[in-house]
Amino acid sequence: MKEISELNLPEDLRYTKDHEWAKVTGDTVKIGISDYAQDQLGDIVFVELPAVGDNFDQGGEFGTLESVKAVSELYCPMDGEVVAVNEALEDSPELLNEDPYGGWIAELKPADSSQLEQLLDRDAYLELLKGE
Amino acid sequence: MKNGPGRSGLIMDEPLLWEKGKKGRNGMSIPESDVPAAKIADEICGAGPDFPDLSEVEVVRHYTRLSQWNFGVDTGMYPLGSCTMKYNPKINEKQAAAEEISGAHPLLDDEYCQGTLRIIYELQNFLAEITGLDAVSVQPAAGAHGELAGMLIFDAYHRSKGQKRTKILMPDTAHGTNPASAALCGYKPVPIQSGPKGILDVEQIRELMDEETAGIMITNPNTLGLFEENIGEIAEIVHEKGGLVYGDGANMNAVMGIVDLKKCGVDVLHLNLHKTFSTPHGGGGPGAGPVCVVGKLKKYLPSPRVEFDGANYRQEESPDSIGRMHGFHGNYGVLVRALSYILSMGAENLKKVSQYAVLNASYIKVKLKDYLHLAYDRPCMHEAVFSDKNQHKDNVNTLDIAKRLMDCGYHPPTIYFPLVVPGAIMIEPTETESLEEIDAFIDVVKNIVNEAKSDPELLRSSPNRFKVKRLDETQAARNPCLCG
Amino acid sequence: MRYLPHTDEDIRNMFDAIGVKGFDELFTTVPDSCRYDKEMILPVAKTEWDLNTYMAEIRSMMRVTPAHSVLIGAGRYHHHIPSTIPSIMGRSEFLTAYTPYQPEMAQGTLQGLFEYQTLTARLLGVDVANASMYDGASALAEGLLMGLRVAKKKTRVAMSSAIHPHYREVVRTYFKPTAFEIIELPFLENGRTDLSGLADLEDVAAVAIQSPNFFGVVEELEMAAEAIHQIGALFVTGFTEPLAFGLLKNPGSAGADIVCGEGQSFGMPKSFGGPGLGMFGSKQKYVRNLPGRLVGETTDLEGNRGYVLTLATREQHIRREKATSNICSNQGICTLTAAMYMASLGGTGLRKLARLNYDKSEYLKEGLQDAGAIILFSSPTFNEFVVEFRDDFTPVQKRLIEQNIVAGLHLGKYYPGFENRYLFCVTETASKSVLDRVISEVQK
Repeated sequence: MKEISELNLPEDLRYTKDHEWAKVTGDTVKIGISDYAQDQLGDIVFVELPAVGDNFDQGGEFGTLESVKAVSELYCPMDGEVVAVNEALEDSPELLNEDPYGGWIAELKPADSSQLEQLLDRDAYLELLKGE
Repeated sequence: MKNGPGRSGLIMDEPLLWEKGKKGRNGMSIPESDVPAAKIADEICGAGPDFPDLSEVEVVRHYTRLSQWNFGVDTGMYPLGSCTMKYNPKINEKQAAAEEISGAHPLLDDEYCQGTLRIIYELQNFLAEITGLDAVSVQPAAGAHGELAGMLIFDAYHRSKGQKRTKILMPDTAHGTNPASAALCGYKPVPIQSGPKGILDVEQIRELMDEETAGIMITNPNTLGLFEENIGEIAEIVHEKGGLVYGDGANMNAVMGIVDLKKCGVDVLHLNLHKTFSTPHGGGGPGAGPVCVVGKLKKYLPSPRVEFDGANYRQEESPDSIGRMHGFHGNYGVLVRALSYILSMGAENLKKVSQYAVLNASYIKVKLKDYLHLAYDRPCMHEAVFSDKNQHKDNVNTLDIAKRLMDCGYHPPTIYFPLVVPGAIMIEPTETESLEEIDAFIDVVKNIVNEAKSDPELLRSSPNRFKVKRLDETQAARNPCLCG
Repeated sequence: MRYLPHTDEDIRNMFDAIGVKGFDELFTTVPDSCRYDKEMILPVAKTEWDLNTYMAEIRSMMRVTPAHSVLIGAGRYHHHIPSTIPSIMGRSEFLTAYTPYQPEMAQGTLQGLFEYQTLTARLLGVDVANASMYDGASALAEGLLMGLRVAKKKTRVAMSSAIHPHYREVVRTYFKPTAFEIIELPFLENGRTDLSGLADLEDVAAVAIQSPNFFGVVEELEMAAEAIHQIGALFVTGFTEPLAFGLLKNPGSAGADIVCGEGQSFGMPKSFGGPGLGMFGSKQKYVRNLPGRLVGETTDLEGNRGYVLTLATREQHIRREKATSNICSNQGICTLTAAMYMASLGGTGLRKLARLNYDKSEYLKEGLQDAGAIILFSSPTFNEFVVEFRDDFTPVQKRLIEQNIVAGLHLGKYYPGFENRYLFCVTETASKSVLDRVISEVQK
């Protein structure tokens, strides 16, 4: 397991207390899991992706990640509709371990962009991790 | 023998079945036909499966070699917590294999199979006596199947009161089968955290139990190896709100002749005959999970059950029964073995079983607690739960300790369960291990704890004495290859 | 007692080490109100001699004995078990091990299960098979629940009334507390399932058909698959006699999505109904919805081939209430036994044995017909078939039992209007002379 100081936590992302990240790209928001989350989970062996067109509320369960001996739910960082999913993860779930920020999971068209402001910035997220 | 009984010997390699053999060989005697060949319609015929053809010698060597890569209770101590890996008496096998019994067809009319019915009847009665409960069905095929029967009985009982309850209280130390069985009956598990002493806290139950909750599932002794001391009071609270108490009897080996489940307030209980009653675990089964109930729930038990009218044994179906759980009478051969065990032991020895099982576990607890971190330093029942907390500083974890134990000639304890103890090491020696065996095991564990400091790499690279080294479970799950 | 190694001295030494004076002090956490306050009333402990006598007395109460030829199947089949099977399956390294949680010291069980999965998948024509369910009946219930899981939002399943009546009862037991609805499909005059009503059914997640069905009748699986897929449902096929697939088309190739049935025929005695095993498989795309344990191939640190339990995240010990099933212990050694039997028979042997069952069964069928009995269903059958007698058959059946032949299972209690109808089963173990005797008694 990595020490907190070893974690890669980019400045330009927003984070959630459930260890997801969100990044605005034009009209849409890409979401994934943080370096901390992938490190805690260990080798990810399967990703259950949402379907394009599905709608989720903030905090709603939109998929699952599996390691060899654990299952974790993915919680949606904000309300919105899924406009794309990272299909590469179906065959190569290890992308989330290798590069958690390149390995996005889903792309969302947010219903309310202001919800992004409620998410944690890097410093706030780091504080949260120190408490865990 | 500081390093235990483990030694290296010749390991024979053996390919997969279909990597050997030749078309046209056969490994089984098939008689020539004594009747004329009949016509068969082409459209229903298939090509038959692509199976390898092997000779009898090839089959026998194949499985003999495979068996030599395995470790069983007959090989050595197998202290797998919560699984009660006690000695499996050979005489039980003989009774189950007797041709009159093993050859009996399950759909014979009662008058033709009084013997096989009597075995069920006697076992029903003996299990009722041992648990203190009133009526038993031996139909469920394993512990989880017994749990499902129990949850179906909960559902039937509440329906009879015109209620459909939706929740069930579930301690965090429960086996995963408990919530999964409850969910099959539509119950949403409400998690209960164990209190600071590792047992259930009465106030929490009082707060959570309501009239939408069907009841509670309690494993007692629990999976921390501790007796749920407050079970009586908890049962009272649950009963007051119209709920029922389910007892998971997986750990019955600790309390035979010592605890009366009915007096504890348990309404429904399953037993694991392959644990407490010495039937072999068979590399994962078959088990048997008889379900035992108090009188008022008897009518809901799975059907058919066997009754005796003074002259004859009869199969009886109750109109209120939850129905059939199994095609026939459950894993009948396992029932015969359990009966053979109970008859061999008698009441006095069954009580000794529990006393010695607790004695052995308590002894290990005391002897190892200065070496491994003890999760709860309280009187334990049939198992003691340690963890790898003391070894973290050496960068050695529970898995490493388990793998090193294997090289030393022991099956590891249950690891990483219960989930409430991170890095759990759950040791259940059972009563059939002698003091010398247990002392040798304790010495080996102490030695491994020392090795964790002096040579941690030895642990991390274990095991080294088997056909394979540590296996890549990530690869197996990422790219599943389930069929050759 | 010979299973309890403790001497009085050992016990004293252990008490001293623990710091207690007696057993009572080990149980101080058990409150008085929970105590078993009397002695358990059980028979006095028996020596091995006494036990043998006692069990022999119980065995002597059996009026149908090994000397009888049993011409009843209906889910439990009398097949020859080669002597090699009890010998190799009885090896205590297999028998006294548990679930292979530590793969390095359980490669025997694991490779054996992987081979079982593979042979079973080939037999049934499916992509994957699991490492067993409890029996054919519970496997069918799990198969239908799996169909509902795959279909997600649907609420109904359908099953043929030509499925084994006990299997249907088990399905109803499993479904009782759920909101799902079970529709039973009738059967036709030829003994096959009537699928004509399917097209009008909506909201159906899965449809189950058994083949050969309870009447021994071989169903038209390809047509059924088409009709079932047409309404967007999954096709679940059950079976009670896997030997049939040595001769008949397998369910997978006929279009089944989920295949589940009983494997007792493969090397296990009837044993009053258990243990046998539930064989269970499906198409690859449903693998994450499968119940039960799966063994997968992998490599060790040095690249050597090895086997582990895998895809465990489907199971109860990880996913708890969201698991694909509550099953934990399965049929373990029975699974290995089935593999040993399949390995012993081989492809050539399986076909030969299946053919022998078919021929012998046809011989009795024709003989009974010539003797004046009616073969109820015209469709092809495998090793079982339904006979209707014009007169009361009970006296004939009684006479035959006295001649050590159990002839047929009365179907009156399973289906209304079947009072004079009997289900016969003929396997390779029934000699021509036994079959001739049945025919001649019927002729009398």
